[in-house]
Amino acid sequence: MIVRHNIIAKLITMRVITLFLFSVLLFCQNVFAQAGKEKPVQVVNFDQLEPHLHHNNDTVYLINFWATWCAPCIKELPAIKAVEEKYANEKFKVLLVSLDLPNELSSRLQPFIKSKNITSDVILLNDPNQNRWINKVDPDWLGEIPFTLIYGKHFRESYSRTFTFEELDSIINLKLNLP
Amino acid sequence: MKIVITIIFISLFSLSSAFSQGYNVGDKATGFKLKNIDGKLVSLSDYPDAKGFTVIFTCNHCPYAIAYQDRIIEIDKKYKPKGYPVIAISSNDPEFNAEDSYENMIVRAKEKGYTFPYLFDETQAVCLNYGAKRTPQVFLLQKTGNDLIVQYTGAIDDNYQDAAAVTSPFLANAIDALLAGKKPEPSATKAIGCSIKMKQAK
Repeated sequence: MIVRHNIIAKLITMRVITLFLFSVLLFCQNVFAQAGKEKPVQVVNFDQLEPHLHHNNDTVYLINFWATWCAPCIKELPAIKAVEEKYANEKFKVLLVSLDLPNELSSRLQPFIKSKNITSDVILLNDPNQNRWINKVDPDWLGEIPFTLIYGKHFRESYSRTFTFEELDSIINLKLNLP
Repeated sequence: MKIVITIIFISLFSLSSAFSQGYNVGDKATGFKLKNIDGKLVSLSDYPDAKGFTVIFTCNHCPYAIAYQDRIIEIDKKYKPKGYPVIAISSNDPEFNAEDSYENMIVRAKEKGYTFPYLFDETQAVCLNYGAKRTPQVFLLQKTGNDLIVQYTGAIDDNYQDAAAVTSPFLANAIDALLAGKKPEPSATKAIGCSIKMKQAK
């Protein structure tokens, strides 16, 4: 009887351990899946990007032209991320338009997005005939980056500068609260 | 009150970009005297026989500038004998990126075998004067009497990624036009580039 009781106890212990290990495995799988689940970076030409610059609704859009090799661009990414998080529940949308070399998408841009934990939508603009499209973004833009377009239904502003969080925050706050 | 201050703040940002556009086509450009990579001062008046100059603001570190290094050498080789030598200028404050230091400019010019002066605009006065904003950025100047007139500004061509895929070699076309006694068309183009890193007020 005692022997039999021991066997049952052992069996139960083993099952518990198995169950525990199994859960750990499931949990890990989940975590890895989350980490590996990056937003895909769409590669587009200007004609495909253009609709993103002309939405006509109640949302405020921030379109930032940048590249991983552009130091002042990288410097302002945390500020953009912070305003995006602050206004996550408002009608506010961020789009990061990367001007990285298309052949460095997987070797440079994607690892960068992962390592800096960039959560905004990122599009890679692959359209070498820049003279054709820069004026279509903004006639006053000479082509230097970072370059930021902030627009809504009734306004459109562009900035050739590096923002701090406070500066961006005050602009977005004002735009979201327009009468 | 807070909103008023914010509006003023925003207007200032928007205006600041509108004011510093620099030279446009047709403007009279001023000369300069800057230190070359060999330590000697170079001035545009050192070229009495030149018909004009291809002044290119460029630098060491910018990937777009790097993409054009070989093409700038080709332009110089082709057009210097015809009277339009390249004058390359780096205006970046090396504090932002040590790759753009004067010492590294010397290294790069030697590595690539630059056939043209590579000048260090240490005070950034020339870049401010010309209104150069990014690298690479071209100002094609034509001697007219005692003046230097801007005849073309902007990009070198229409494909930074691949020299073989260029369909409009803007700069070469512009110089050819001047050599043929015509006005360049287009006379101004745009391209993405790295912003010129200006010194911060200390």
